[in-house]
Amino acid sequence: MSHTVLWLLIAVAAVVLVSATVGLVRVRRRRALESGRPPSVTAAARAPVVAAPAEAEAVAVAPPIAPAPPGDTLEAAEAPAAPELATRLGSARSLFDRVRALRGRTTVGADELAEVEEALLRADVGTATTTAILEAISASAAARTLGEDGVTGALRHELLALLGPVPAPLSAVVAPGRVAVWLFVGVNGVGKTTTIGKVAAAESKELPVLLAAADTFRAAAADQLETWADRVGCDVVRADEGADPGAVVHDALHRAASKHIPLVLADTAGRLHNKANLLEELKKVRRVADREPGQVAEVLLVLDATTGQNAIAQAREFSEAVGVTGIVLTKLDGTARGGVVLAVQRELGIPVRLVGVGEQAEDLVAFDPAGFVDALLGE
Amino acid sequence: MFDALAQRLDRISSSLKSRGRISQADLDEALAEIRAALLDADVELSVVRAFLDGVRSRCELEALSRSLTPGQQVVRAVNDELIAALGGEPLKVTYASRPPTVILLAGLQGAGKTTAAAKLASWFKSQGRSPLLVAADLQRPAAVEQLRILGGQAGVPVFTRATDPVDVAVGGVEEAARVGRDVCIIDTAGRLAIDEALMDEVRTISARTSPHYTFLVIDAMTGQDAVQTARRFHDVLDLDGVIVTKLDGDARGGVALSVRTVVGKPIVFASVGERLADLDLFYPERMASRILGMGDVLSLIDQAERSMDADVVQSTAERMMGGQFTLDDFLAQLAQVRKMGSLGGLMRLMPGMNKDMREAADQLDDREVDRIEAIVRSMTSPERADPTIVDASRRQRIARGSGTTVVQVNQLLRQFKEMQKMMRGMASGGMPNVPGMGGMSGKLARAAARRMPQSELPPQLAALAGPGTGAPSAPLAAPRPAPARGGKKKKGGRVTPPKHR
Repeated sequence: MSHTVLWLLIAVAAVVLVSATVGLVRVRRRRALESGRPPSVTAAARAPVVAAPAEAEAVAVAPPIAPAPPGDTLEAAEAPAAPELATRLGSARSLFDRVRALRGRTTVGADELAEVEEALLRADVGTATTTAILEAISASAAARTLGEDGVTGALRHELLALLGPVPAPLSAVVAPGRVAVWLFVGVNGVGKTTTIGKVAAAESKELPVLLAAADTFRAAAADQLETWADRVGCDVVRADEGADPGAVVHDALHRAASKHIPLVLADTAGRLHNKANLLEELKKVRRVADREPGQVAEVLLVLDATTGQNAIAQAREFSEAVGVTGIVLTKLDGTARGGVVLAVQRELGIPVRLVGVGEQAEDLVAFDPAGFVDALLGE
Repeated sequence: MFDALAQRLDRISSSLKSRGRISQADLDEALAEIRAALLDADVELSVVRAFLDGVRSRCELEALSRSLTPGQQVVRAVNDELIAALGGEPLKVTYASRPPTVILLAGLQGAGKTTAAAKLASWFKSQGRSPLLVAADLQRPAAVEQLRILGGQAGVPVFTRATDPVDVAVGGVEEAARVGRDVCIIDTAGRLAIDEALMDEVRTISARTSPHYTFLVIDAMTGQDAVQTARRFHDVLDLDGVIVTKLDGDARGGVALSVRTVVGKPIVFASVGERLADLDLFYPERMASRILGMGDVLSLIDQAERSMDADVVQSTAERMMGGQFTLDDFLAQLAQVRKMGSLGGLMRLMPGMNKDMREAADQLDDREVDRIEAIVRSMTSPERADPTIVDASRRQRIARGSGTTVVQVNQLLRQFKEMQKMMRGMASGGMPNVPGMGGMSGKLARAAARRMPQSELPPQLAALAGPGTGAPSAPLAAPRPAPARGGKKKKGGRVTPPKHR
């Protein structure tokens, strides 16, 4: 602890001395919280939690979106990419034209590796994971285990190996009598609220869903979620701006329990992962969500496909704070490839579960590794 | 980190060549390391290549410095090249002769346009202008409402209309002219650069409103794709500048270099938080340090200024200067520092750390900070005022009360005593060189001192700052890598020429 203490004292002293003597310190509060006002809830009066009746016991695994047909994607290089995913992705095919041109090439020289490296780096895969993939391909070449598709085949193989199997659909299975909570977290501007709207649209076809507008920081965030609730036809629990986000979740859980709604989708405020106080707040929200009658079933980190290497830090910090069960990769209808999810999977073992491909309610598809890789390789 | 990079380069570089220039082999290896560092910082691949070519030329021309190791010399060349690439001709905001001055904001979804629009309005207001915000994002639910609320917070009116984006934009400009607002800021919906229909729409908005300034708003954490987006927006809108947002995160921000290079327009503002005041002018030097993974001292100061409670800090500073820093003061300051956000993140912003410090900073667990705080809180008021009275039995009580051990309590008290000694030294004149910090405290103080007009400085700092202060926002000079060997200084002159604004 010794270094910590010394560092702390130095940091405090230095910062204080400098800011004070510069004399430009202004009074600021990070968030102007309204003091003492209890959050108002648009739902009916807070009914006491009733004992859940028998039929609410076994909440079936909700198939959110029909997952793309898995197929034998590893062997059949000819297998068409999951039509949903590939056709919905933005066209940045030229990115991988060079890689496609390597098709059939069975030698792996410096040139071929350079082409592959460039393609991967441009897709935001990052230097560490790219190096690992290149080494694996070189090793295959050296061991003469390159298939007939040569370099491109090896590349596809490595990428699929990294991504792992088709991920399970989101689960709303919780202990009997509890309300399942899917918590949506992430930094600012990634598309959490829009994603919740899409998930709600899909889920509410199968089972009742309640939205919790626990982003109490952003101006009009609750309005935004409420608009989605109206579009989808489900209820939303909200509070005034500046209210405690945990309180909103708490109220949502009790409302869901009393109305026998098995699933709550909770929005949270965007927050940068290097802000400890905001991560603490998020931990608290998760604790509330995990308390009777709620139970956290999924914590989804919403990640913007245009994000570069910082996504790894985001995934790491959020996961350490609240335990991320999966990633929703958004804005994949643009030109960004989202290759950083390969690095996240490799370094942190966090899988992509869903992919966002637009701003409309239907623009959400289950993550299909084969389709993703095909799009990455410009197939 | 700057130092880590330099050290890594030194390990690979071979001994000095008698020719007196950095050898090709040294340079190749060094540039490979730099390439990796830049790619990790999200600088776009082609931009990295072109940039490294520039560095190579610079290094090949330079004679080998006698006080810098080859590694440090390369890093310095990279830093200088980065600053040149990021800087260049800054944007001068000149106001239209016939108001309003129209500013159009465009960019991808989620970049932070709406927040930036409100911040800009706030900034213009602080410059004595009367801005009008125009809510032309009719796509995202509640975007208009968000801008309305932010406008209210900024004290700036917001023009809305429930028609279509082009109509709102045009109407907004007309309204501004009608009511005499001299700046008109148009917020638009986020759009993909490849969405033909929406790009046509923003092109139309631009054609019909004739903005004087069109800014691309882009997220600091954007990866390689930034270049495609920037190019397309530039083709369609003929950008005047770029605003980089969310710089309060820890993304290295290579996108700044990519976009600056590819679009050829200056980066005008840095958005550094969610509050209206969190808008900075863009400083190339700070961005260069950040991209290279070095600390950013001046942003640290800005952050401190923004987050701290004036009165508490002021009184504590006065006490510190008077040599009276107590544990109570420490506790108060700890709360202030916490407000600034993650302590680990804070420390990452501090340059001049040696390896041990950096490792400690990386491992800095906010739980440990909690522990320290708990110890201090477990002390009574008299104990905090005068820690010398804390004998063995008191230490035991404190340890029990805070859930720590007597050893930890001892450590804290011992190191606090050292810190007090140091502060007494500071109070009696001159900034100390805190061991292990590599003169960071001095750098901090000098940086701060340079920002203030000479007359306003307290005497200790005025002496530090030396002549030539008073330039507003004069940034910190590019840090001088400490000479690796305790050898001779170059005869008759500075090792590194100081930077002047």
